[in-house]
Amino acid sequence: MALLEFNENGIFCPPASVYIDPWRPVRNALITHGHADHSRRGHQHYLCTESAAPVIRYRLGEDISLETIKYGEPRVINGVRFSFHPAGHILGSAQIRVEYKGEIWVVSGDYKLENDGISEAFEPVRCHTFISECTFGLPVYNWPDQHDVYADIVRWWKRNREEGKTSVITAYALGKAQRLLRNLPENEGPVFTHGAVENVNEVIRRQGIQLPDTIRVTPEQDRKAYQGALVIATPSALGSPWMKKFRPYSTAMASGWMAIRGTRRRRSADRGFVLSDHADWGGLNQAIEQTGAEKIFVTHGYTSIYGNWLKDQGYDAREVKTDFSGESDDADSTGGDA
Amino acid sequence: MKQFTKLFSELDGTTKTNPKVDALSDYFDKAPEYDKLWTIALLSHRRPKRAVNATRMKEWAAEIAGLPFWLVDESHHVVGDLAETIALILPDHENESSESLTHWMEFIIGLRNLEENERKSEMARAWSMLSRQQRFVFNKLITGGFRMGVSQKLMVRALAAATGIEENLLAHRLMGDWTPASTTFEELVLSEDKDEKDSRPYPFYLAYPLEQPPGELGTPAEWQAEMKWDGIRGQIIVRNQQLFVWSRGEELVTDKYPEYEVLTGFLPDGTVLDGEIMPFRDGLPLPFTLLQKRIGRKKVGPSLLKKVPVIFMAYDLLESGGEDIRQLPLNERRKKLEMVVAEAPEILRLSETVSFDTWEELADVRSDARSRQTEGIMLKNQASAYRVGRKRGDWWKWKVDPLTIDAVMIYAMRGHGRRANLYTDYTFAVRDGENLVPFAKAYSGLTDKEIARVDRFVKQNTLERFGPVRSVRPELVFEIAFEGINKSSRHKSGVALRFPRISRWREDKPASEINTLDDLHRMMDLYG
Ligand SMILES: [Zn+2]
Ligand SMILES: [Zn+2]
Repeated sequence: MALLEFNENGIFCPPASVYIDPWRPVRNALITHGHADHSRRGHQHYLCTESAAPVIRYRLGEDISLETIKYGEPRVINGVRFSFHPAGHILGSAQIRVEYKGEIWVVSGDYKLENDGISEAFEPVRCHTFISECTFGLPVYNWPDQHDVYADIVRWWKRNREEGKTSVITAYALGKAQRLLRNLPENEGPVFTHGAVENVNEVIRRQGIQLPDTIRVTPEQDRKAYQGALVIATPSALGSPWMKKFRPYSTAMASGWMAIRGTRRRRSADRGFVLSDHADWGGLNQAIEQTGAEKIFVTHGYTSIYGNWLKDQGYDAREVKTDFSGESDDADSTGGDA
Repeated sequence: MKQFTKLFSELDGTTKTNPKVDALSDYFDKAPEYDKLWTIALLSHRRPKRAVNATRMKEWAAEIAGLPFWLVDESHHVVGDLAETIALILPDHENESSESLTHWMEFIIGLRNLEENERKSEMARAWSMLSRQQRFVFNKLITGGFRMGVSQKLMVRALAAATGIEENLLAHRLMGDWTPASTTFEELVLSEDKDEKDSRPYPFYLAYPLEQPPGELGTPAEWQAEMKWDGIRGQIIVRNQQLFVWSRGEELVTDKYPEYEVLTGFLPDGTVLDGEIMPFRDGLPLPFTLLQKRIGRKKVGPSLLKKVPVIFMAYDLLESGGEDIRQLPLNERRKKLEMVVAEAPEILRLSETVSFDTWEELADVRSDARSRQTEGIMLKNQASAYRVGRKRGDWWKWKVDPLTIDAVMIYAMRGHGRRANLYTDYTFAVRDGENLVPFAKAYSGLTDKEIARVDRFVKQNTLERFGPVRSVRPELVFEIAFEGINKSSRHKSGVALRFPRISRWREDKPASEINTLDDLHRMMDLYG
């Protein structure tokens, strides 16, 4: 029997009888992070990191049975030793290490290697078997330096302001939105937020994380205030009537998918900035190498291509079908991320 | 290359016309003359011949990047563009080339005369000198498909803004057989051409689609009806014994339709006709797809002239005896037009009016429009002047409804880019006895939610996999809409559809009730 197996409910650990990021309701769920495709509704008991908990409670209800754990703190269940380690994906995100009778597996959840200034920075964890996401598992995905990207965003914002336009940038409400806030200069001008973004901001501020001031977009707001300002919106707001009040405006998307010209052109935004909370090609390869694992399971993303590449590199690699929707186009506002 | 790459990025970064024109005219303002000339050449389809084979390029790039060929190939499939794929996978570095566009164009032309192994090392050298974005542009210059979303017209507009020379004069100057080696910017663009004023066209008046019932337009007597022809909108101009042909998009295409030249002797000086360039034989229109073969060619050879003969279907007269008559009411212009056409050879035809006393009568003609190789009916107000651009009120196009057929999905293919893991492109089949015969591919028409559901079905009902394609259990039924149907020997079904798309998902219909190959062939007999 394998230490972790994949069944119709999710990633299952038979000796401990718990699931990791299950997609169907189960008794015990260990959760890597707060995105909707990883922390789903309906489980009886949840376990996640302290910093991931507030958003999960906010999304799933204050009344869920949820326990928290510190990074690195061991939790033994039926002789199986579990611990959570920073994944660098969003605030509170974790890789879950599972150890039993000397055998070690790690479930990566979603991760990235660069330190984004708000997520707990990624730490490689040695293991025998690594279950890795590979959302961007193609050699064409190589992220530019994030500081260059922030500088580009500011340049775009400035130029819009000179032209009397509002700058509307879309970002996932949980993760990317706060990353932008933390990394854009504070004295550049007012920043407005879509309600879904501001709700998450409030949760995150309450847990003691510093974010620059933002103003919630409301129907009462005087439209003149938007001129020259930055608006952080959810991807679904783009092209909706909600946008009317910002006219004239320029739109941009911040996502790893923007690395490909065809994708940029198909999107309805004026600009695409390459900024991802997932590992790029180099990041995936580096992370996998650093685990020292010989056996790799690849989940959401270009699993078959990336799996074949790993096999070429001498790994025992397998492709796993999961219900994580990392590549989904129309995830809800706190959901599938890129 | 820096300036040109910046231009490329700016053009590429927007879909809006004005920023494109601004970026271009800014470029034409600042770039050196020899680079401007190359830019004009590239934007008017005067690219040098392909110097490097695409597969070789992929192999060399894979080798430099230390990646297996199959992986680069898979990446190419996802990205959908070879030039970009190569630019993205090559190792990143800090270099950037300050050499001119002209330098790199000459470098590319020079590649053609090299041995394969020299070519390989030259390519590697170039890639090592260029920044990532420059490499993309450089690769694009080699592989082609270099559109940048800039039509000739847009380029001309920008050039006009930068030089202060009128657009249609410039369009005229840029015509003909020149290469950057055979001329200079000064000679080509800035010097006056003796007959350029004669070539000047009028802006086209464009019709609106009719969405209301035609009865709301008033009484039939106020309206002139014609068939809506399926060709390319064009203007034929004869002034000072010279003929010019303009197509919509205001491109000068005289060279592409040499058969119109005979009209010079028949049309009086100072004549401008509005109409449709159409493939035509034995008194009947040929399928529009044939004309597309001519559109892409810079030069039209004798065999193509024979295979795809054209006529000009005239429906309006804009200038008569050198006088602009666009303000005359349509019925008066029409009388003059009829006189002009009557004197001309066969190649010039009159778009006949359809007489009708009631709107019902006209609706009958419309329902039959497809079998006459037309797209529907045009309605023009008898008293109207010839207006400029797309204006509501006087000209309406009343198109026929699309043809539809119910079919079952049998193959699905992964999309590109962001949708690379979703099955978004489908092949459909009709029934032929016991067999299913594929007859159409369609990509669009479903909502994102429906695509996600179809994708799930595909993944759960796969029969076989061939690379990015899967064959699936033939269960999902869709209504396929299309604009036309023609005989085709290249397809197993024997038919080719024009603009097929999914009009709706027939979840109410089992696969046993789809249409048959006979149904398709019957449609072809009626409308093909
Ligand atoms: Zn995530
Ligand atoms: Zn995910």
